[in-house]
Amino acid sequence: MVVAAVMQRPSAAWQELHRICPARWPEVSVRTDHTMHIAHLMVTPTTIRPVCLWLFGEAEYHFATLVTEELDDTWHLTYVFYDPACHGWAYVELQQPLAQTSVMSIGDTIHAADWHEREAEDLFGLRFEGHPKLGEFVLHENWPEGVNPMRKQFDAHAPFAYHQQKTVWQPPTIVEAPGAFIMPIGPVYSDFAESAHFVIETTGEDMLRVLPRFFYKYRGVEKIAEGKTADHALLLAERLSGSSAFAHGFAFCRAMESLCETEVPPRARVLRSAFAELERLRHHVSVITGICASTGLAVAQAQGAIIEEDFLRLTAQVCGHRYLFGVLKPGGLTLAPDEQRLGLLRERVHALHTRLEELHTGLRYSSSFLDRLEDVGLIRAEVVKAFGLVGPVARASGSTADLRKLFRYGAYEQVNFEVPTETQGDGYARLRILFREAAQSMAIIERLLDDVPHGPVSAEVIPRAGAALGFVEAPLGATFHWLRLDAAGRVQRYRVSTPSFRNWHAFRVAVEHFSFQDFPIVLATFGLSNAECDR
Amino acid sequence: MFNWFYTGLKTGIRTTPYPAKTDAAPGVSPGRPRATRFDAQVATVLAMRCPTGALVRHQRGVDVDYRHCVHCSRCRRDTGSAVMDWSQDYDWGALGAQAERAGHRFRDIFGHSLHIRFLDAGACGACMSEARQLNNPYYNIHRLGFFITPTPRDADILLVAGPVTDAMRIPLQKTYAAMPEPKRVVAMGVCALSGGVFGPSFISAGGVAQVIPVDVLVPGCPPPPLAILHGLLLAVERTMPSLLTMRVAETET
Repeated sequence: MVVAAVMQRPSAAWQELHRICPARWPEVSVRTDHTMHIAHLMVTPTTIRPVCLWLFGEAEYHFATLVTEELDDTWHLTYVFYDPACHGWAYVELQQPLAQTSVMSIGDTIHAADWHEREAEDLFGLRFEGHPKLGEFVLHENWPEGVNPMRKQFDAHAPFAYHQQKTVWQPPTIVEAPGAFIMPIGPVYSDFAESAHFVIETTGEDMLRVLPRFFYKYRGVEKIAEGKTADHALLLAERLSGSSAFAHGFAFCRAMESLCETEVPPRARVLRSAFAELERLRHHVSVITGICASTGLAVAQAQGAIIEEDFLRLTAQVCGHRYLFGVLKPGGLTLAPDEQRLGLLRERVHALHTRLEELHTGLRYSSSFLDRLEDVGLIRAEVVKAFGLVGPVARASGSTADLRKLFRYGAYEQVNFEVPTETQGDGYARLRILFREAAQSMAIIERLLDDVPHGPVSAEVIPRAGAALGFVEAPLGATFHWLRLDAAGRVQRYRVSTPSFRNWHAFRVAVEHFSFQDFPIVLATFGLSNAECDR
Repeated sequence: MFNWFYTGLKTGIRTTPYPAKTDAAPGVSPGRPRATRFDAQVATVLAMRCPTGALVRHQRGVDVDYRHCVHCSRCRRDTGSAVMDWSQDYDWGALGAQAERAGHRFRDIFGHSLHIRFLDAGACGACMSEARQLNNPYYNIHRLGFFITPTPRDADILLVAGPVTDAMRIPLQKTYAAMPEPKRVVAMGVCALSGGVFGPSFISAGGVAQVIPVDVLVPGCPPPPLAILHGLLLAVERTMPSLLTMRVAETET
């Protein structure tokens, strides 16, 4: 039941950008790319802020990512926005000489860009004028000020000796109530937890203020990708976050294919989407298991863990790797599973999903479990908008944004599926979203595997110089990969904007003013990855 | 209230027969390339396809260095006719340079009860996910006397994943220092062995051994739960070690 591909058309509002913007700001010029649906808004240092604020506030565009590039002797800043109501992109582009490191900040109003600016300040040495909080962010106190590793002249491969510096970090405190103290958590904590630090200020029971401190796991992926071939950079893309490896590899390949104008064969398009859904299913089962563990519901945790391991084994049987490493390549897939394996996938996914639904029933009838989740870790719809939250966390708070539905990339234009949303925004709403999305993923896999086109699974990709954006809806939400290749086909700039980077930003809002014992539960219902955030 | 007790009983026993017997269930391991005989020309092509330098061309074929292999499958797909042999085993744990320091006392003390602290030193998440599976009913490490502990003060073994990022260097040293003697370190995943795809670089040390002494090395990207289990059993001298490299000559036996 392959539905004929219908190319979505950008709305009238997007079509009008090239008239509206120059009319309001004479120094802004607009170049419209009608094949890729991208409006390039070339702005000046004084118009960057009003244009972005207009796009975000009045035109209701979503902020996707900020790409900072140092090309020759010029800074190229690209603020990527997209219109969730249609198939249109707006790239707000600013160019200025390298000597000029000051840029007007938009992060104070467009909160979604806040961390992007802090990151660019830390790694490139740009100054964002008007930003309320700049300084130590990605690089911690044992990294010297003024050394910016993303600059072109910085050598990524020389081991850097600055970690020897003995410096002490003092957490900033705000709470001054009688008896106030700090409860530090991490970076090494819990049984199995990714390295991150949380400073919790309290007077005893309620978490009055929570300051997360991340980037303990900063591996400089964007920097070490530079100078590598696309084939080698793909290894890094897959290992940004092992739990969403396929999604990030997929986004990287889509950037590459978009840049090189490669047509992916129909069989690979269908299988890619099926594997992406298989990963989403396994990922969501893993988060559900984590939620059961956080409330101490041991049998449910064991049931979830059995299903998770069964998914891992199934993935290895079908794709040769438990986490789908090495399955993708630019232009298609590296492997062509035979009909027998695809039959196994279809049958097993269905059986495993039935068991997942049994677990769901069990959880729904466990009032002691639900008591721990309901009305805990609230995220209101305004927070979703202000912080630009994505993925299941946003969809549990009323958002309907899903790149699969918005842009219908890959084989998603061929299948009908729902984007589940909930409005309560509490821990239980996030759990329900996970179960409902898993059901949709199972249905998508079944529909795609009903009718897998025959033919090759990969097309040749001829590298060319230039830059392109690849995006997919990863298990945790929208991810955007910006890839620039030089004339030799080597990576000149690789910029990754991940859903965890987005959603960790608002984690503080969800836990503050709840009590200590809610902390691990809110953490589990967010289900975020630090590797994906820190990169 | 839902009857979780009955649900648990109904599920029955899922536990792996390993280490008493080999676990032959499909999908427990991603497998890895084995050293393979080729003529010189084919061997050169295959070694060049390896993006991490794990395949080393040899006069009679291709040797494998497991400290670098990330199971990217580039040597078994899209290669034309010549492909590397691919094993489905998982007993990958090997001894590090520090293996002899505690002698045989370690087994005498910890042979029946061993506490493990996991530490993430910049891993991508796949290693942690595999380590977490050790506690699931399939692997159930409690049956072997292994326990995961949240505090290094109680830990006998430090299980480390990741290339050791700059920011995790001091937490790693402090965690290791907080553990009482005698203690051992198990490094899991190629990142923890050699830096993996992240390298040694400006921000990562390129392996746990650069920072603290390592007793057991478990290659893999990520090592499956049974490989981690093999590494843990090796750390308490309850099993035999594997090797970190495989040469063509060894395949003839």
